[in-house]
Amino acid sequence: MAWVEVREVHKQYQREKQAITVLDGLSLQIEEGEFVALMGPSGSGKTTLLNLIGGIDSPTSGDISVAGTNIARLSGAELARWRSNTIGYIFQLYNLMPVLTALQNVELPLLLHKMNGAERRKRATFALELVGLGDRLGHYPRQLSGGQEQRVAIARALVSDPKVLLADEPTGDLDRKSGEEVLQLLERLNTEFKKTIVMVTHDPHAAERAHRLVHLDKGVLSA
Amino acid sequence: MAIPLAYNVRSVFQRPVSTFTTAAGIGLTVAIFIGALALAEGFRASLVSTGSNDNALVLRKGADSEISSAISLESASIIRSSPGVATSPEGRSLASPEIVVVVNKDRLGMAGSSNLTVRGVDPAATGVRTALLLEEGRMFAPGSDEIIVAQRIAKRFANCEIGQKLRFEQRDFTVVGHFSAKGSAFESEIWGDASVLAPAMHREGVYQTLVFRMKDPGQFPAIKKALETDPRLQVEVFREREFFAKQSEMFTMIVTVLGTFITSIMAVGALFGAVNTMYATIGARTREIATLLVLGFSPLAVMLAFVVESLVISLLGGLIGCLLALPMNGITSSTTNFSSFSEQAFQFQVTPQVLLAGLAFSALLGLLGGFFPALHASRRPLAAALRGG
Ligand SMILES: Nc1ncnc2c1ncn2[C@@H]1O[C@H](COP(=O)(O)OP(=O)(O)O)[C@@H](O)[C@H]1O
Ligand SMILES: [Mg+2]
Repeated sequence: MAWVEVREVHKQYQREKQAITVLDGLSLQIEEGEFVALMGPSGSGKTTLLNLIGGIDSPTSGDISVAGTNIARLSGAELARWRSNTIGYIFQLYNLMPVLTALQNVELPLLLHKMNGAERRKRATFALELVGLGDRLGHYPRQLSGGQEQRVAIARALVSDPKVLLADEPTGDLDRKSGEEVLQLLERLNTEFKKTIVMVTHDPHAAERAHRLVHLDKGVLSA
Repeated sequence: MAIPLAYNVRSVFQRPVSTFTTAAGIGLTVAIFIGALALAEGFRASLVSTGSNDNALVLRKGADSEISSAISLESASIIRSSPGVATSPEGRSLASPEIVVVVNKDRLGMAGSSNLTVRGVDPAATGVRTALLLEEGRMFAPGSDEIIVAQRIAKRFANCEIGQKLRFEQRDFTVVGHFSAKGSAFESEIWGDASVLAPAMHREGVYQTLVFRMKDPGQFPAIKKALETDPRLQVEVFREREFFAKQSEMFTMIVTVLGTFITSIMAVGALFGAVNTMYATIGARTREIATLLVLGFSPLAVMLAFVVESLVISLLGGLIGCLLALPMNGITSSTTNFSSFSEQAFQFQVTPQVLLAGLAFSALLGLLGGFFPALHASRRPLAAALRGG
């Protein structure tokens, strides 16, 4: 079985008594260590697919397994625990906690793992050094540039050593140069640390970094 | 279960403006709540401690208040010389037949008038009512048209300064002293010699009550039985303190019921306010909550953390409320005592217990106010919450 296996997945949302089909029998396989770019027009279901792979949402029908676990039928609490061990999520708007420093933001997911404060600090510091922000540990998000914020968010996503990194338009809100830095970082995580990455993007230039391009249109894959 | 407490506690202190606005709102309602409790506390303190356990009070059988009672001169002299009555070292019996009259007098410094209780006593009364303490001036001279006025009354009514004259029924009485009485209901009264006040107020030939010091207070049941079974008297006998406590029972109950009613309405209002504020506070952080859930914190953990945050904010509000309420302590006000229809002075009493109750109230506001919005936020479908919708 593939590292990420999406089989015959349907996803419908109910909106004012009307069901809209977002994903229509979609199947997709991603191998361990792959770097996949997911493209497609706005509203085609890219975020929905990413959320399903990340256990943030559940499919209406079909199966999804990640690293050997079928998550399609897990409960909310089970999914929460599973996410903390398996998924690193990177958002378009970074989603850092404004009241926490860079270091505290990166330490946050480690609260879900058994380790003492010193160990947490050591790991979070290492992750921030890895993304090139070893000198910004005590800075609050408002004191950082957008590119730096996104790199803190990447440090947060990888600090608990997840099995898959999911990124939803990670450069969508950044200027060219910062976007480039973020892409380089993702590329390095893939080649040097063998992280499996699924990245949604609009930008063909960004998509070039990936091993594989997947096009989504109206809820189905289009070669 | 891992709880993101650090995040929530930092939120309290990293968003000082939002925290302070919410806390101040809660503080204000807590202050009013404390005010209502302090008022009830003040009533209680001014009502329960009137009279002495060593004294017996005699009323006409069936009378339910001092004003509605009547004791004839003959009865008074029979009771005065009965064996249970204590005597002074000079051999005078420590008994005070009294008249109790309600008069209407002008208020000081404001328009309108209010009722006051005038008590005509026997000169022996000072040996009976040992709680009475002269604060200024001197005691009225027996057989004269001199009176003494409770200090608290003197501050609130016209013509009560020492040397000034108060007019009762066409006759002037000169104020010669101000007294206190350990916070008891006597502090709402004016005292003079019954033998002068009775004819002036057309109350000759009958007293209202008779109070005496018991030789042996332990013998009260026997004393009571002897007087109540005497066919010449037709009286009822009470321990003085119990009588006044019972007198104020109705009044205390009305105040308590009214106070509870008002505080409950306010409490419910404050609760809605707190829930609303927390809904707004939590609503503004939908994306942060969704992010916590994506990271893997369980919905229950997130909910608990936000309830704790709400609790911390509302306890800060409780402290603000206590600080706002403290200056109320000791403010004197008054109302009409429904059992005598006379002016009753009392103070707001902000006791440690009252402050503690205020803090507990703020904690309750925080718990309930945080619970529903936190529950709502932690249960939203994650995908929708992430979209911020
Ligand atoms: N939670 C939801 N409730 C209702 N409709 C939704 C929800 N999430 C997504 N949709 C709808 O599903 C479609 C696909 O959305 P999305 O996956 O965000 O597309 P993309 O990321 O490719 O732009 C859109 O029409 C969107 O309005
Ligand atoms: Mg999207």
